[in-house]
Amino acid sequence: MVNSGLTQNNQLDKEHSGDKPLRVRFRWLTDNRMSFLFLSPTMLLLLFIAIFPLIWSLRLSFTDWSVIGDAGKIPEPVGFHSYGTALGLGETRTEKRVGVEVAERFAITGQFVLPTVIIELLLGFGLAMLLNRKFLGRGLLMTVMLIPMMLTPVIVALYWKYMLRTDIGVINYLIHDIFGGPRIDWLNQIKIAIWALVLADVWMWTPFMMLISLAGLSAVPKYLYEAADVDQASAWFKFRHITLPMVTPLLLIAVLFRTMDAYRLFDQAWVLTGGGPGGSTEVMSFYLYLVAFKDFETGLASAIGYIMLIVIIALANLLIRKINEIADEG
Amino acid sequence: MAEVKIKNLSKRFNLDSPLAVDGVNLDIADGEFLVLLGPSGCGKTTTLRCIAGLETQTEGEIYIGDQLVNGLPAGERDIAFVFQFYALYPHLSAYDNVAFPLRAQNLQKDEVDQRVQQVAKLLRIEKILKRRPTGLPSGEQQRIALGRAIIRRPQVFLMDEPLTNLDAALRTDMRVELKHLQADMATTMIYVTHDQTEALSMAHRIAIMNLGVLQQVGTPLEVYNHPATLFVAGFIGTPPMNLINCHLNGSNSLSDESGAFTISISEIQNLKSKIQNPNAPLMFGVRSEDISVDTAEGAGEVRGEVIVREPLGDETIYEVEIGQNIIRVKTEPTLILNTGDNVGLNFAHDRIHIFDAESQKAIKF
Repeated sequence: MVNSGLTQNNQLDKEHSGDKPLRVRFRWLTDNRMSFLFLSPTMLLLLFIAIFPLIWSLRLSFTDWSVIGDAGKIPEPVGFHSYGTALGLGETRTEKRVGVEVAERFAITGQFVLPTVIIELLLGFGLAMLLNRKFLGRGLLMTVMLIPMMLTPVIVALYWKYMLRTDIGVINYLIHDIFGGPRIDWLNQIKIAIWALVLADVWMWTPFMMLISLAGLSAVPKYLYEAADVDQASAWFKFRHITLPMVTPLLLIAVLFRTMDAYRLFDQAWVLTGGGPGGSTEVMSFYLYLVAFKDFETGLASAIGYIMLIVIIALANLLIRKINEIADEG
Repeated sequence: MAEVKIKNLSKRFNLDSPLAVDGVNLDIADGEFLVLLGPSGCGKTTTLRCIAGLETQTEGEIYIGDQLVNGLPAGERDIAFVFQFYALYPHLSAYDNVAFPLRAQNLQKDEVDQRVQQVAKLLRIEKILKRRPTGLPSGEQQRIALGRAIIRRPQVFLMDEPLTNLDAALRTDMRVELKHLQADMATTMIYVTHDQTEALSMAHRIAIMNLGVLQQVGTPLEVYNHPATLFVAGFIGTPPMNLINCHLNGSNSLSDESGAFTISISEIQNLKSKIQNPNAPLMFGVRSEDISVDTAEGAGEVRGEVIVREPLGDETIYEVEIGQNIIRVKTEPTLILNTGDNVGLNFAHDRIHIFDAESQKAIKF
């Protein structure tokens, strides 16, 4: 059997290649080259949808090219002009206005990101502390609580748009009809609209913080608490010197994720407030979108995009350094 | 300092699970070093945790001193517990870890410092007081954990396999140190281990447990020389006691099923009177050091073939096959036998053991 199989193979080889057998003709196809071949479709795809646009936008950020006005023209380099404009170093009135706007939008983004991440952290960690024990229906409760996280941001925003309405919204029903407070026009008041975004985001992403906190809490060895019990430690001591230090690194990673994510918020702002009222909820991504696709200042928009990138990388690095410090302390 | 009394202690973790601890009675004297010994899962740690108040017993009473402590939380029992994994607070320095139980009692700063230094000196950890436990070698972590236990001068020390995670050399050192420490402080100590060497070398008395049941309590030599049950006979001693299934053969001898192993015992009349059913299955037990080898032709109470030779340096252990039984014999290292040699074995008749194979208990004669 073995012999006849071999003969057959040899015959096949010869039929298709003249004299040389297949294994000789494909000798160049080493394992290494083969793996490269298998990877190449993915690599090509990645190159076209991620790496090329990245490099292209970097190039555009050094021009004053516009995707509409300059279509078909070759982008002219203008050096760091767009960056200067975005950072408020522009000379003309329009350029100066852009600088002011960028600074304002960064402030708005901060007003959104900071409370959002802090509230999510506190709420999520608190919930995790409550859920970190055995009780009937724990699995079901957790599943239900994780639902918001799994929804599409746009859908979440649509929910909240209805819930926050002054006439039929359930939030105002609670505030006004149940607790007798004033009706709040969440989405159309300058100082409040940003909090509507915070509210929707907290609702959606607190479960994420809860999940990570829970993972951290359940990793704390039980014997540490037992040792503390024997030593007559207070509940506060156990929290402060056992629980908190043990979960902090993981919490910081969750904070890092949420900060990066909240920083680039777009969908909810678009659906809930449309950036309004009066631009008071124009977070950076939203502003960037306006510059790029309303004003079609492609070069400027690219520059702003890169400034955002640098800011978030710097922020993330600060956090990562902190996490590493804690990890080193052990 | 106090005595500890355990009365009828039972623990069941779930309603449908078997008893983890089954009716244990144990009186531990003031200042005694008692070792709870047994294989893993025998209920020794559960017993210890019940004494500590880290588990609640299903039934039974525990007294520390004169006080019934059944409902008391761990913190109010005035005990110190040393955990297998040390359980040091990771974000406190060695100093703060040791000082912790005193601070919990709101002691004056000066006294805390004085006592920490005292304990640190005793345990030779002065140099690492400022460091955090993580990253320290396990031996030093263990010392810190011991420091935290002894600083409060509790009524009872409870130790749950404290030396298991140390390497062999360190374990031997710490064994000696712990023994000295306990003797110096004269505090009651209950120490859980699965290591018989630890138990035999440190304990005043050993309590051996298996499957939740207390098998025997006695001094190290008592449990070694007079094991009360088959389990104790097989658990204590290296190599374990030779045990051979047998039955009464006539009036004055024991035989295994095939008859290849037959031994006459002069005490047999006495023995026969202790057994209700003369046909009952028995176990003949003898330690490997209580057997001597006779190489002369035809000599020995039983004869068999040498199948394995284990030279251990200071002694040599031979496995001798007799019918279907294998008997281990400890000999002087100067005695050289080859596998295949036919040898005779003699038993020290005053040191043989006979067990009732059904009740698993030793028959006294």
